[in-house]
Amino acid sequence: MTVESIDHLQAGAPGRFGNFGGRFVPETLMTALDELEEAYREACSDGEFQGELKALLSEYSGRPTPLSLAERLTKQVGGSRIYLKREDLNHTGAHKINNTLGQGLLAKRMGKRKLIAETGAGQHGVASATVAALLGMECKVFMGEEDVRRQKLNVFRMELLGADVIPVTSGSRTLKDATNEAIRHWVSHVEDTFYLIGSVVGPHPYPEMVRNFQRVIGDETRAQLLEREGRLPDDVVACVGGGSNAIGMFTAFLGDSGVRLHGVEAAGEGLDTEKHAATLTKGSPGVIHGSLTYLLQDPHGQVLPAHSISAGLDYPGVGPEHSHLKETGRVRYTTAEDREALEAIRLLSRTEGILPALESAHAVAEGVKIAAKGKPESIVVICLSGRGDKDVESIRQGLEGEGHAVG
Amino acid sequence: MRLDEAFRAAGRRPLIPFITAGDPDLGTTLELIRILDEEKMTAIELGVPYSDPLADGPVIQAASGRALVHGVTLSTVLELACEARRNGVKTPLVLFSYYNPILQYGPQALITTAAEAGVNGMIIPDLPWEEGREIAESARVHGVDLIPLVAPTSRERIRRIVSDAQGFVYCVSSLGTTGVRSRFDLGVDDFLDTVREWSPVPTAVGFGISKAEHVRRFLKHADAAVVGSALVREVERAGEAFFDPARREEALEGIRRFVRELAEPRSTVASRT
Repeated sequence: MTVESIDHLQAGAPGRFGNFGGRFVPETLMTALDELEEAYREACSDGEFQGELKALLSEYSGRPTPLSLAERLTKQVGGSRIYLKREDLNHTGAHKINNTLGQGLLAKRMGKRKLIAETGAGQHGVASATVAALLGMECKVFMGEEDVRRQKLNVFRMELLGADVIPVTSGSRTLKDATNEAIRHWVSHVEDTFYLIGSVVGPHPYPEMVRNFQRVIGDETRAQLLEREGRLPDDVVACVGGGSNAIGMFTAFLGDSGVRLHGVEAAGEGLDTEKHAATLTKGSPGVIHGSLTYLLQDPHGQVLPAHSISAGLDYPGVGPEHSHLKETGRVRYTTAEDREALEAIRLLSRTEGILPALESAHAVAEGVKIAAKGKPESIVVICLSGRGDKDVESIRQGLEGEGHAVG
Repeated sequence: MRLDEAFRAAGRRPLIPFITAGDPDLGTTLELIRILDEEKMTAIELGVPYSDPLADGPVIQAASGRALVHGVTLSTVLELACEARRNGVKTPLVLFSYYNPILQYGPQALITTAAEAGVNGMIIPDLPWEEGREIAESARVHGVDLIPLVAPTSRERIRRIVSDAQGFVYCVSSLGTTGVRSRFDLGVDDFLDTVREWSPVPTAVGFGISKAEHVRRFLKHADAAVVGSALVREVERAGEAFFDPARREEALEGIRRFVRELAEPRSTVASRT
């Protein structure tokens, strides 16, 4: 479908980002989404809720996370100065907890004690299980059977935290199908269950709500850099699967026209192959998981499987606000291949002693390219959305496959 | 025959069977349509297979998967409807498709083609009332009814959704995806009565209806019953028999017996109060 042909689809209606977003779900869920939106709006203007969330973010998750100047990496790259926003230092090892704390508190406020979540790599599943334990709630995590196999340790972590991990055997048995199954479960149990979506995807109000729970990333970064350097960055880079860390980072800078924003999707084995997850680069607008947005699909509207070495980017859709930011041109979307992400992991590990998640490594790969071409006085900020401990096995296999000596 | 006429007609069964187009193959679907037409159904729902059917339970998901393997698309299903009409099928045909295949085909193009193909209505399970206004309007202009869905959770939304309904209103019997249920919520009768009272057009109830006993029970509160997964499962069970010339006729007759046993034809013209 061309972009022009969706113009009539209620651009500007509630829950839209330009042409994108909306609510494309079974009628059974519509009242629940209205109730969620109402509860969310009330919570936003409730000082007590905001105070409780702020306290958890600092005392439980360890915020604010540092903004680290990567001196040896900067020197090695030989261009602009590189700063890393250290979301990897959050409790549970990634930015996901910012959102699960917010939605968990909202579930509590709505009197719902059963959480469900979908997960790909397991990071959002772990963050959801963690919040369920913290708040004394039940938690079911839907995870594609293929990902259960790839991420055994995270499955065990979730179980240790008291969550039920439900392997999903439909479709391609990955994140897309785990999301379908979570929605199906929600349709059956909508009256007592809170669906904790892990990214800026899904029907309205999820993309907006998750963005607002994640915008702390960019708000902190902006303040930290102003304090340290007395100026804004020239370039900000983040990886995009569903796109929650990227939106969380970009939101604070959208109004700063001098700050260039770069979203990095997974090009997998290459954009000219069928094995990639470059939704914005190679996809087209359509409906997936309740939202009108770019997706990977065939000419008949059947969703195509995505591929990335990083399970967290292995998703054929993308948050609708990213689709809008692509259309407006405010954000530049680009890609990094599996091998570039692996190379970035080696580089960052050896220069800074930081092992990034495979997802975040895509941002590192692009950030390094930008810095290499930049002036020494310029500043590039890379969102280091998560740590790579969970990926050690995939990284080992990936690097061996590339013929690198790992030792 | 228009949908509203079919709901009133004497001699038609108060049933709306759902079959997935292309399961087990398009030729068999055409034969099944013929049998359902001969058995005087109120309407026939033709499911367009989709890769991500999130309102469907395992039975229809699997049927969708089998049809996709044969490369069945929205266009193919429209051609199938055309062919059924050429073969003399008179029963109203209702297209059941998720929204994305429709969006890629082009909603306007779909409506004109569907009208030409003799399709009477469309059900789009992931297009709620708010998002479907424009499509409903242009479909109406071409004589195709966009069938609205209401669920037990719709509550205060019901009145708005049914206010300008065309064709019939599809009532979702209970929470959850499509598929066989052993029991239904206690409040379902009140819900169905409310919808029937407020709706300007007939009502049909679906999700989980698999037996004559269910159909009898629900017909006290709705004008027709939709039978989906239970029928799709019968088609699945017959499986290979459809491809064996020696057993094909018996397999088709098995489907005929299955729908016959679900409900008798209406003996008189149904009137709406």
